Amino acid sequence: MERTTLDLWVGAFVVAGIAALLVLALKVGNLSTYNMSETYQLQAYFTNVGGLKPTASVRSAGVLVGRVTEIKLDTERYEARVTMSVDKRYQFPRDTFANIQTAGLLGENYIGLLPGGDSEMLKNGEAFKKTQPAMILEDLIAKFIYSTSEKSK
Amino acid sequence: MPIVRSLRVIGKRTVNGVWRMGNATRFFMLTLLYSGLSFRRFQLVRKEMFYSGVMSLIIIIVAGMFVGMVLGLQGYETLKRYGSESALGTLVALSLVRELGPVLAALLFASRAGSAMTAEIGLMKATEQIAAMDMMAVNPISRLIAPRFWSGVISMPLLAALFTVTGVFGGYVVGVVVIGVDEGSFWSQMQSAVDFQHDVMNGVIKSFVFGVAVTVIALYEGFDAPPTAEGVSGATTRTVVQSSLAILLLDFILTAFMFRGD
Repeated sequence: MERTTLDLWVGAFVVAGIAALLVLALKVGNLSTYNMSETYQLQAYFTNVGGLKPTASVRSAGVLVGRVTEIKLDTERYEARVTMSVDKRYQFPRDTFANIQTAGLLGENYIGLLPGGDSEMLKNGEAFKKTQPAMILEDLIAKFIYSTSEKSK
Repeated sequence: MPIVRSLRVIGKRTVNGVWRMGNATRFFMLTLLYSGLSFRRFQLVRKEMFYSGVMSLIIIIVAGMFVGMVLGLQGYETLKRYGSESALGTLVALSLVRELGPVLAALLFASRAGSAMTAEIGLMKATEQIAAMDMMAVNPISRLIAPRFWSGVISMPLLAALFTVTGVFGGYVVGVVVIGVDEGSFWSQMQSAVDFQHDVMNGVIKSFVFGVAVTVIALYEGFDAPPTAEGVSGATTRTVVQSSLAILLLDFILTAFMFRGD
């Protein structure tokens, strides 16, 4: 089959288009931080997840160690069950403290892990025992107003 | 009786519209049915991709660049009021990836390549080239229509991706280089907000659907055009109007399905 300059142009167009898709995936999107080498699943129950969403980051000491994969309501406990996949390189003690934190005052929610001192590590599928729900700004303000009005009486 | 007459006109137009809709659907099915030749002789598709895809590159890239620059400028002005200029990357990238990239690229594609397709097919019909093909036992749908259809369907997502990337680059140039938003937060906030599956892939699906809609409308209008100079010009106009409306309507439907409830 003969090659023409037209083919060259079409080829360049297709290559440019695929390169654009790659840029979208890697530079604009989060695919580069998405796939971690090998992960294991951990769970945590929260009384309130606030604005936490799937794909939110899981951080320990500020370092990204995993991602939230699923958030569901557990109908036995009536608490939110958050499943996260954590990089296999990072193991956490059994008494690790999981809390929902906010990046900045109004930023997005993420899960912060505060390791404890237990010698045994959490295994795949296990749940954190100690959790702290999301801080809801409106609740805090309501509490603050309530307590100040109590004092002024 | 003017009321009866206007009622009659409305009824006739409605019936005509439904009739054309059914005809276009049958035409689309026939195109899919006779697509075999396009893949056996892929150079047919490749040749059409040159005219519909490669020739649209300049308008897509220039338009994407300017749209991104405007987004950067307007987004900065608005975000500055809330002291969150660092979210400029998120604003530019999300609006381009989800909506503006696929929709504007499809609108440009409809007016740049779709109208050309209609005019070409319509003129072929007016000069009885299609009838001549039929006489020589060459199926005009598999030889003329299907390659153009597939060239549009393949080109459209690539063009939309290029539009989005140049748009993000335009936003970067205005936001970071000219205005001086922090470069690190521009990219990192963008990356944490844009999800590959949820945003990028849905944008690609959108542009694929738009590609199908635009090329089917353009080819059907050309194939259906009255074989006169007037008929071809009317068909070209209808292509641009109808495919633009179809793009916006489909965009609303797709957005309602894709980005609801999160």
